[in-house]
Amino acid sequence: MAGLFGYTLALADDALISAQRMSWWISRAPQLEEDVALANIGLDQLGQARLLLAYAGEVEAAGRGEDDLAYLRDEREFRNVCLVEREQTDFGVTMARLLIFSAWQCELYAALSRSADATLAGVAGKAVKEVAYHLDHASRWVVRLGDGTDVSHQRMQAGLDAEWPWAAELFDDAFLDTGLVDSGVAALPSSLRDAVDAGVSAVIDEATLTRPDVATHYSAGRDGRHTEQLGFLLAEMQHLARSHPGATW
Amino acid sequence: MSRDWPLWEVFVRSRRGLSHVHVGSLHAPDAEMALRNARDLYTRRQEGVSLWVVPASAIAASSPDEKDSFFDPAADKVYRHPTFYDVPEGVDHL
Amino acid sequence: MMQCSVTDSVTVEDVYGNDFTAPDQPAQPTRPAASDEPASFRDVLAADGRIEPRDEMPEGYRRTLIRQIAQHAHSEIIGMQPEGNWISRAPSLRRKAILMAKVQDEAGHGLYLYAAAETLGVDRADLLDQLHSGRQKYSSIFNYPTLTWADVGAIGWLVDGAAIVNQVPLCRCSYGPYGRAMVRVCKEESFHQRQGFEILHTLAKGTDAQRAMAQDAVDRYWWPSLMMFGPPDDDSPNSAQSMAWGIKRHSNDDLRQRFVDMTVPQSEALGLSLPDPEIAWNSDRGHYDFGEVDFTELFEVIRGNGPCNAERMAHRVRAHEDGAWVREAATAYADKRSRQARPPKAEEGAA
Repeated sequence: MAGLFGYTLALADDALISAQRMSWWISRAPQLEEDVALANIGLDQLGQARLLLAYAGEVEAAGRGEDDLAYLRDEREFRNVCLVEREQTDFGVTMARLLIFSAWQCELYAALSRSADATLAGVAGKAVKEVAYHLDHASRWVVRLGDGTDVSHQRMQAGLDAEWPWAAELFDDAFLDTGLVDSGVAALPSSLRDAVDAGVSAVIDEATLTRPDVATHYSAGRDGRHTEQLGFLLAEMQHLARSHPGATW
Repeated sequence: MSRDWPLWEVFVRSRRGLSHVHVGSLHAPDAEMALRNARDLYTRRQEGVSLWVVPASAIAASSPDEKDSFFDPAADKVYRHPTFYDVPEGVDHL
Repeated sequence: MMQCSVTDSVTVEDVYGNDFTAPDQPAQPTRPAASDEPASFRDVLAADGRIEPRDEMPEGYRRTLIRQIAQHAHSEIIGMQPEGNWISRAPSLRRKAILMAKVQDEAGHGLYLYAAAETLGVDRADLLDQLHSGRQKYSSIFNYPTLTWADVGAIGWLVDGAAIVNQVPLCRCSYGPYGRAMVRVCKEESFHQRQGFEILHTLAKGTDAQRAMAQDAVDRYWWPSLMMFGPPDDDSPNSAQSMAWGIKRHSNDDLRQRFVDMTVPQSEALGLSLPDPEIAWNSDRGHYDFGEVDFTELFEVIRGNGPCNAERMAHRVRAHEDGAWVREAATAYADKRSRQARPPKAEEGAA
């Protein structure tokens, strides 16, 4: 069961792995303006990850800082949801994932901005403004792609269908020590579901898309059981730091 | 080959109390996206508190050919400027 | 002495606002006789004023600017790749954030510059087509690979440093929109050079392996950085014209010397050597002497034989082609919305 350290780490890993995937787009976006926009979103996510990792390190009180936690943990120690770790090299997939993820982060950070834990409340209070912009960006693109051309409609629907089965893990309470919820520190994951669902559904409707009718994938990233893709992501992200133990950069 | 999105001119109010000033242009499919692109491109270092975007095609501009008839006639109306007037020595706040 | 043919062509190299060609390739058109220039244009230049988009200007001036600004913009966006190559592997989260912001700035700089070029009556889409089809070039410096993390530092310190020396005078370019874009670019660029210096400084103070990495990167990027200023003045057929038009304010050799004078003391502060045994302070000249730049390699790279020419172009073209469906969708959506916003024709008539 995740206590404050595990909970903070989970949220940090969600943001960190999202940022790592988002940064792939810089120099590959459909339009130059979008390179700039996606870089901004990735930078926001990375900023959230750094604050949360630093705080997780503080809570753990074992002398680990943001970089130790980001670079020196293995696959099984990462606590992010599988939604964010898979490749996203298709713009439709990227916008579908960002829609779901940022809609969830909006509700999460709004709730956490009232957390009994002052640090989490502070981080969430800052981040909630950032993710509102991410949600706005994703929503506008999902609508334009869904209600654009026949090709874009199909591709956007395919992106949504691909991401939808991975969303359920965001609302799974199983990993969390419910004491954290009782004490007003954490937000109960399942309590965010209706609001996220309503927001995402409204965008899907406006986009003339169909709510995917697909089975939920079994995924347990919060317990460190990931897709095979996370290992490759970490190998790339961590190799330089790990090749020079103890070095300063 | 499809053409690029339309061109938009971007105006930024750098802080409250100042006018919006033209800062450059960008491409966007529509006004909503143009505003957001402008936010991402022209205010990422806190350069602004408010944005305008205008389709470049909607701007009517004076032509350099008309420069003489437009702007030169104002040159000899010196009486429009306070420095044109003599003020006796010792008269202040005028 | 290199041979430079002077005929009309599009295969010209632009280096961050410098403009030159390989010796066996045709250079840009020569300047028309000054008498062909409109009087209003000559008067503005004589008063060191600024030419603005709708002003009368000689066709050669307009074409020179379009090419130079476009190729400058291309350099910015192709320049995203060598460093973007290291975003996923940046060795700390702080470095990752800095690098993302830096590469993002390069996209931004490309956008400012394309916008300036469009004031001359060209479409960005056409300029991008010319880049993608190889008819317009970008700076050859980006055809070198980034082999280690230290290359990110060397690019920031040396390549961006050289770019700044080239670009600062462009803030006073006679063409208003180009100058204004450069003011914005230069303001942002100074963070780029500092972050590069900081990377190398940290590596130079680090472990033996880090120090070796830093020295290796400086060794590889030093000469290509000097080449960014273009051939010696004697061999630079375009320079005189651009200087007369107020597009270029200093000669290639002057700028190169300025860069060397600036950089040598910085290398000493880093404790890294520069791969040129001839570098020495010359108190008579009040400048650093340095070895002769061998341009053979540069011209090979311009001809397309650099280590990464093909990859850089393929990456860029793929991004553009893969994004076509997205751009088309946004256009289609905007068309639908504007049709819906317009009342049907019959009602218009009735009103």
